[in-house]
Amino acid sequence: MNWTWRTWLVIVLIIAVVGAALYFPALRRQVYKAKDITEKTAEQARRELLPPAPVTSGDPKVKAKMYWGSRSEPGKLEPVTVELPLSSDPVLRSKQILNTLLAGPVDPEARTLPPDAALLGFYLLPDGTAIADFSEALATSIPSGIESERLAVDSIARTLAANVLQAKQLKILIHGQEVDTLAGHLDLTQPFEVSLNGISEPRSGVSVITVPIQRAFEKVKDAAKGEK
Amino acid sequence: MNIVGALAVALGAGLATAAALQEKPQAPPAAQSSAPGPIAQTTAPTTTAPMTAPRMGLNVVVLDPAHGGVDLGARGTQGIRESEVVLQFSEQVKRALEAQGFQVVLTREGNDNPSFDDRSARANAQRGAVFVTLHISSMGLPGTARTYVMPDFPPSNDISGLIPWERAQAPFTTLSHKLGDLVQAELAKRFKGSPPTAEIVPVRQLRTTAAPAIAVEVSSVSVENRADLDRMIPGVAEAIAHGVAAFRPSYILPTLPSGTGQGGQP
Repeated sequence: MNWTWRTWLVIVLIIAVVGAALYFPALRRQVYKAKDITEKTAEQARRELLPPAPVTSGDPKVKAKMYWGSRSEPGKLEPVTVELPLSSDPVLRSKQILNTLLAGPVDPEARTLPPDAALLGFYLLPDGTAIADFSEALATSIPSGIESERLAVDSIARTLAANVLQAKQLKILIHGQEVDTLAGHLDLTQPFEVSLNGISEPRSGVSVITVPIQRAFEKVKDAAKGEK
Repeated sequence: MNIVGALAVALGAGLATAAALQEKPQAPPAAQSSAPGPIAQTTAPTTTAPMTAPRMGLNVVVLDPAHGGVDLGARGTQGIRESEVVLQFSEQVKRALEAQGFQVVLTREGNDNPSFDDRSARANAQRGAVFVTLHISSMGLPGTARTYVMPDFPPSNDISGLIPWERAQAPFTTLSHKLGDLVQAELAKRFKGSPPTAEIVPVRQLRTTAAPAIAVEVSSVSVENRADLDRMIPGVAEAIAHGVAAFRPSYILPTLPSGTGQGGQP
């Protein structure tokens, strides 16, 4: 190989490497973007299978207490009274209440739940166990930490306690599945007491998941699988 | 030819990376592993101890820097990563505890991410130990610190006297609350705005730990300057060490049947 050919070969290779260095970041962005779109589509498909949030204009407007973050005392919740058309049916009422909680307060800083999280399903068992099934965004978009996860679950439990008398315990599912933790910290394997005191208090009145409740969870999971 | 060869290798490697990216997009970083532990751990229970427990000393502190590996934990706008900061905290806490005469066992010393059960297993294999898991929050009043302990467990219907792995913390909640309050009192002395006592919150990592166990969470990765967090390290280390040392007289190690770690109501 003579020098001219070598020089040309080196030049061509340099151009190829520089071109690749410029192209790869763009390619990586495209790949990640495509992955996001796929995930969103799956999530949207799941939401489309479920009925929309029930807000019927015929329901009488009542004053509901929503527990959002306190601006004056970081790490605490404070009740905000809002007027909502609420059904007398406890399941519909719970859905309306939780959708309002998810929609968030006027002040976005007082949010306790991620704005892209959605309630996928809600079930109320005869013993007062409320099963709330949230989209994956509740787990993936929540700020990581014990404090933030406690506030999120506390706000759900207290808001239910203030507005749905039939709910005695709360079990949280993510995308139809029972999960170990909310986002790596808070233990979701046991139900929480639905109380105005919140989940930080000792849960002396809460029993472990009994066999009938476990069967009910299985039914919920089966129903979710069937919907998929 | 060396230059040409090097460039060709670089180009080849680049093309291979691009192909890999196109074929298999990387999964997003998972949260701390929540996979269930080995079947033996979940089905084969540890055992309760007889009530005639002799007093033994508290010697070991199992220190758990949370997260690690692909699980970065909380992330701040300044590029602060919880998984890295807690490692630095744990080094100082370790030194402070050793100065108090404790032997310290770390659940991780590098950038790896043991599962919840693996971390608990480190503590459950010790005798005369307490467990402290360290976290940095992503919210809360910066410059404060909180201690968390597990709530009391509901009574078990099990009449065998055995403690399932999933309820390993059950016999220790009273001791954990005492330890948590002592550590939190020390933190409150040093960090204004911190609560005076430990908070009762069901933290997953604590549930499977058969020892007095607490979680300490420092606020927060949202500080404007990393130095603000670094300044807290000595105070947090001192508070934990003093709190654990103050707990020493309260600690009673239960007598355990052979072949088990800790696990009985003192």
